[in-house]
Amino acid sequence: MKISVGPIYYYWPRQQVMDFYQEIIQTPVDVIYLGETVCAKRRELRSGDWLKLAEELCDSGKKIVLSTLTLIESRADIAALKKLCSQSPCLVEANDMSAVQILADNNLPFVAGPSINIYNAQALQVLYQKGMQRWVMPVEIMRQNLDGILKQAMTMGFGDKIETEVFSYGKLPLAYSARCFTARAKNLAKDGCQLSCMDYPDGLPLHSQEFQVHGETPKLFTINGIQTQSGQCYNLLDQWPIMHKIGVDIMRISPGSQGTADVIRQLSSALSGASADLSRAQINSQLKLIAEEQCNGYWYGVPGMDSCAGLAGDK
Amino acid sequence: MELVCPAGSLPALKAAIDKGADAVYIGFKDDTNARHFSGLNFNDRKAQKALDYARGQGVKIFVAINTYAQPSGWERWQRAVDLAADLSVDALIIADMGILNYAAQRYPQLPLHLSVQGSCTSAEGLTFYHREFGIRRAVLPRVLSLDQVKTVAKQSPVDLEVFGFGSLCIMAEGRCHLSSYVTDQSPNNSGVCSPAKDVRWTQTEDYLESRLNNILIDRYQAGETAGYPTLCKGRFAVEATVFHALEEPVSLNTLDLIPQLSAAGIKAIKLEGRQRSPAYVAQIVSVWRSALDSFAKAPESFSPKVEWIQKLANVSEGAQTTLGAYHRAWQ
Repeated sequence: MKISVGPIYYYWPRQQVMDFYQEIIQTPVDVIYLGETVCAKRRELRSGDWLKLAEELCDSGKKIVLSTLTLIESRADIAALKKLCSQSPCLVEANDMSAVQILADNNLPFVAGPSINIYNAQALQVLYQKGMQRWVMPVEIMRQNLDGILKQAMTMGFGDKIETEVFSYGKLPLAYSARCFTARAKNLAKDGCQLSCMDYPDGLPLHSQEFQVHGETPKLFTINGIQTQSGQCYNLLDQWPIMHKIGVDIMRISPGSQGTADVIRQLSSALSGASADLSRAQINSQLKLIAEEQCNGYWYGVPGMDSCAGLAGDK
Repeated sequence: MELVCPAGSLPALKAAIDKGADAVYIGFKDDTNARHFSGLNFNDRKAQKALDYARGQGVKIFVAINTYAQPSGWERWQRAVDLAADLSVDALIIADMGILNYAAQRYPQLPLHLSVQGSCTSAEGLTFYHREFGIRRAVLPRVLSLDQVKTVAKQSPVDLEVFGFGSLCIMAEGRCHLSSYVTDQSPNNSGVCSPAKDVRWTQTEDYLESRLNNILIDRYQAGETAGYPTLCKGRFAVEATVFHALEEPVSLNTLDLIPQLSAAGIKAIKLEGRQRSPAYVAQIVSVWRSALDSFAKAPESFSPKVEWIQKLANVSEGAQTTLGAYHRAWQ
């Protein structure tokens, strides 16, 4: 099992981004995804800067992947996308079918990101035949369905030729819109947003109205520009033995402003020190995770925001 | 421009055709379509009746198979494609690459449209679907401004259909998991958004409250119009301010844009609402028919009539309409 760190979904100052990656390359992470995937207006790092950073990080011994913008709206977005795809010194993660087309057209291999809708082995095969080497499962897919997809892919004869990655820790990317919700919360128009998302290094919490009555109720969602994330932190880290069993190759940790390196280290030590015979409680005790509201429902086929203790038959 | 109208039942389909639809889109009675609501949609017998009625009037029938096939139910999606092909419908509206591939291989003559749930917003993306599956048309997500729609239309390898009227999705269609995060069902995995099974209304001393799987979506004072608790249209607290943090309950209405959409080369206008009543469908189709006819007769002098706007406003969510993402300032 390998560990990846996903693209930074938030808008951080340039120096914070640089410091983040300097810290991350010191950790036992295997794959690092880089690039702006949420909003084209964010310019602390431009396409050229991401390309340069990718090149520099390639020397760290980590596998580097450049991630593309998720919602493509303008020709400027397409131009930036083409530049990224044609000049990338490393593998590219396509987060939109525009990127898939550009990469496939140039016979370049790619990763299908979590916003590419792959819900069955037949769709997976279409993209495999176009050069997809790895896919990141859409976040709402449950474990049994993933198992079914991977078994079917083996039957269809290509299951062992691709890698599977699962979003395993962090706030879930749930939706993308034309509208900027951070600007809306600040009473600003999108075109005059003042890049206000930079004020929220881990996004802006959204609560139900009961927040006022009962005080600190769990966050419902997290606003991050045009992206809406889960309010709670998705956490599947203790599922690594099951993921290993069904054929997952990489567990993805999504960056937050604090503690990402610690999460990587803890997962890594659980992976290297432990055997699959450990009980769930033992695994959990090894993963001393940052106290935060957590959920794991999608994996169990219940509402994503729910927190499940496990399935019958799990250790 | 072709007027593509919704029907969730045979009476709604007849209403749409009688009021002037050029094409009607329907779904089968299961989770293969994105309006998988109880009491809605067509079994094979009803679909045949729908087709007979439409053929008699020279109207096209499109079948939406626009959810993503779950691995355990692949055969259900396959059967839906087979059934639509047997019926010789005029087009299939599909989102899933696996299903598109199956339909394209098995029935190469059957016209395929890329569903809005396919979430394709660029000529490059459309090129992929065109080359791989031979799609002839795509429905654009409601996230592009009018200028952006024009740009895509100029370069698109296939005909484009856009939404003209109806309930407004604030998120890029096919890329929204809000519903499955709070309930267990989403448009992609079950063909449902904010499912009715999880809706609960409670009258308290001060408010009428709407909940979705126990999460408070909105709270109404006496006299306020209460709307269906669609997740993105609730009132939530952000930094201690309570407001429609994502979107107000409004309907998209683009009557004003008919001349621009036509000039951009848009081939079809889609009306939303397979979950709505035959009366609703009759109302919106008749207004849009009049508007498109009036535009065709005298394009230069076209302007929406007050009575059309009034009629559409009467059936709109919250009795308000918006140009949505087409109007840049809304974004």
